[in-house]
Amino acid sequence: MAERVLMKGNEAIAEAAIRAGCRHYFGYPITPQTEIAAYMAKKMPKIGGVFLQAESEVASINMVYGAAAAGMRVMTSSSSPGISLKAEGLSYIAGSDVPALVVNVQRGGPGLGGIQPSQSDYFQATKGGGHGDYRMIVLAPASVQEMASLTIKGFNLADKYLMTSMILADGTIGQMMEPISFEDAEIETYEKPWALTGTNCERKHNIVNSLYLQPDELEKKNFERYERYKIVEENEQMWEEYMMEDAEICVVAFGIASRVAKNAVVAARKEGIKAGLIRPITLWPFPKKAMEAAADKVKHFISVELSMGQMIEDVRLYSGCKKPVTLCNRCGGMIPSPDQVLESIRQAQKGAC
Amino acid sequence: MPKVTFKTDLCKGCGLCVHACPKGCLTIAQDKINQKGYSPAQMLHEDKCIGCAFCATMCPDCIITVEK
Amino acid sequence: MKTVFQKPKSLTDAPLHYCPGCPHGIIHRLVAEALDELGIEGKAIGVAPVGCAVMAYDYFACDMIEAAHGRAPAVATGIKRCRPENIVFTYQGDGDLASIGMAETVHSAARNENITVIFVNNAIYGMTGGQMAPTSLPGQVTQTSPYGRDVKHCGWPIRVSEMLATLEGPEYIARVAVNNVKNVNAAKKAIKKAFQNQIDGKGFSLVEVVSACPTNWGMTPQQALEWVESDMLPYYPIGVYKDRTEGAK
Repeated sequence: MAERVLMKGNEAIAEAAIRAGCRHYFGYPITPQTEIAAYMAKKMPKIGGVFLQAESEVASINMVYGAAAAGMRVMTSSSSPGISLKAEGLSYIAGSDVPALVVNVQRGGPGLGGIQPSQSDYFQATKGGGHGDYRMIVLAPASVQEMASLTIKGFNLADKYLMTSMILADGTIGQMMEPISFEDAEIETYEKPWALTGTNCERKHNIVNSLYLQPDELEKKNFERYERYKIVEENEQMWEEYMMEDAEICVVAFGIASRVAKNAVVAARKEGIKAGLIRPITLWPFPKKAMEAAADKVKHFISVELSMGQMIEDVRLYSGCKKPVTLCNRCGGMIPSPDQVLESIRQAQKGAC
Repeated sequence: MPKVTFKTDLCKGCGLCVHACPKGCLTIAQDKINQKGYSPAQMLHEDKCIGCAFCATMCPDCIITVEK
Repeated sequence: MKTVFQKPKSLTDAPLHYCPGCPHGIIHRLVAEALDELGIEGKAIGVAPVGCAVMAYDYFACDMIEAAHGRAPAVATGIKRCRPENIVFTYQGDGDLASIGMAETVHSAARNENITVIFVNNAIYGMTGGQMAPTSLPGQVTQTSPYGRDVKHCGWPIRVSEMLATLEGPEYIARVAVNNVKNVNAAKKAIKKAFQNQIDGKGFSLVEVVSACPTNWGMTPQQALEWVESDMLPYYPIGVYKDRTEGAK
């Protein structure tokens, strides 16, 4: 059996990144993700890597842009207000088709909000955040183990598809400790002939750029990018199903909310309610295949979220509005209890009967 | 005798070379228009040229070659 | 016959898009000559700004990247920290470097980031059509200061070189101008030194190049160069403001 170590979620991300070959971290302190920076600050100098505390979130994402363009596995991490500041860089990275890993250990918003866990950056992560037509691969860990494994997966996917992978975590998973293993991680490597390495006077210069003043050229570039995104949508959907075989009430939840929801599903089953759970692991691409299959089988969807209801729009969209969808939520740093979710399941059951 | 060559097609006729020339060798050819639509710089008094390359030093479009 | 002047190899053959008489072309050439003469074209990675020089990536023959407005020093930091063996430079205007990107400028200088920064100060936003810059002179008429820059209303122009020279961090801060042959030749020396410093691992070297914008100043190219002498240089004096190795002059 693989060796297991007890780690904090944020530290698991940092250690996994190093194991994935990331040797460059640029960040700025913000609660509740600062352990990532602290871990990197300690480790990087000892393994020939670079940890640099930037002057701002804006600077840190642009350092990431430079490092990514130089062909390196590179990351930054932040929490909600910091990600808003990084939006500019995220757009440039997308527009320049370079790979990067960005971690958002979400806290409550809007504005300065709070420092308690939240999932209210779902829209920002999955629908944009920065300007222009672009997507990011959004991975939603629900355990400390997944903080590690999805970080490695995120680097692999970023390099494979030349885009940003975002780890959309939350303060709870960032802060909690669980035993994890790094043994099974598969590190993929990709050629980067486009990278800025210096021409060595042997080739034409490489240009990393997102400016296309001719509208037809920009359109072509966007079309090409979206062809790539289509492949991601087709091949990279990830989700977990729990007790979905005969489920009539389908709870959809990701991250920490999914752990609460799972308990509620178990409790509902004890009451004789056929509840099940779909846990999206990729939020973009959203697990459309799972939702489409469920939409034909179940009677009701419940979206459990730590927000005012953001993922619920995708639950409706990808279930084709075939079945009713209700929201069970808390926000601002509050977490729904299993009882609250169970009550939503009971209500759904009443409606479905 | 020094030789000054202009890539006339790329000249924007800004005249900075004309002002820079210490010997007054250059002029803007008002009677000519290049592909870009500018009247280009040209050599007027080749015999006075000392090959100092002041014209090329001030040319913003890097279109002047000087040989000596 | 010997060629005494020709286009440097480190410039591509792409025709420059700049307005007639715009000294950006001169400054591009000086940078390219420095790369050629130091034999570092193959190692160089340039960072283009947002502003008139936005398409500098087409003009320099070395590897290039286009940064967001003001972020060139951060992008350069990312590259240099990954590839310390490469020569990394930014090429930025006054709006880019001294307004929206001031934090990146100051902090990369404070870190003594081993990069070379070419800062083109022509006291105006050129690309967007002539708005007031952080370096526009008091009283200067621009599109957004149509009655002249009123320092009581919008503050004073920033002397970037003097300000950065107060920092412990940077190795070399110099201001040059490109308004005449003598100054262009001096600018070349400063730019070359700023690259040599990077080769020698000395750290952050910034050359502020006082330039002109004939189009948006509403002048002929020659008048604009004369205005540099009469109006710009008194406010922005030429000089070496910091040189850790040799001392400021």
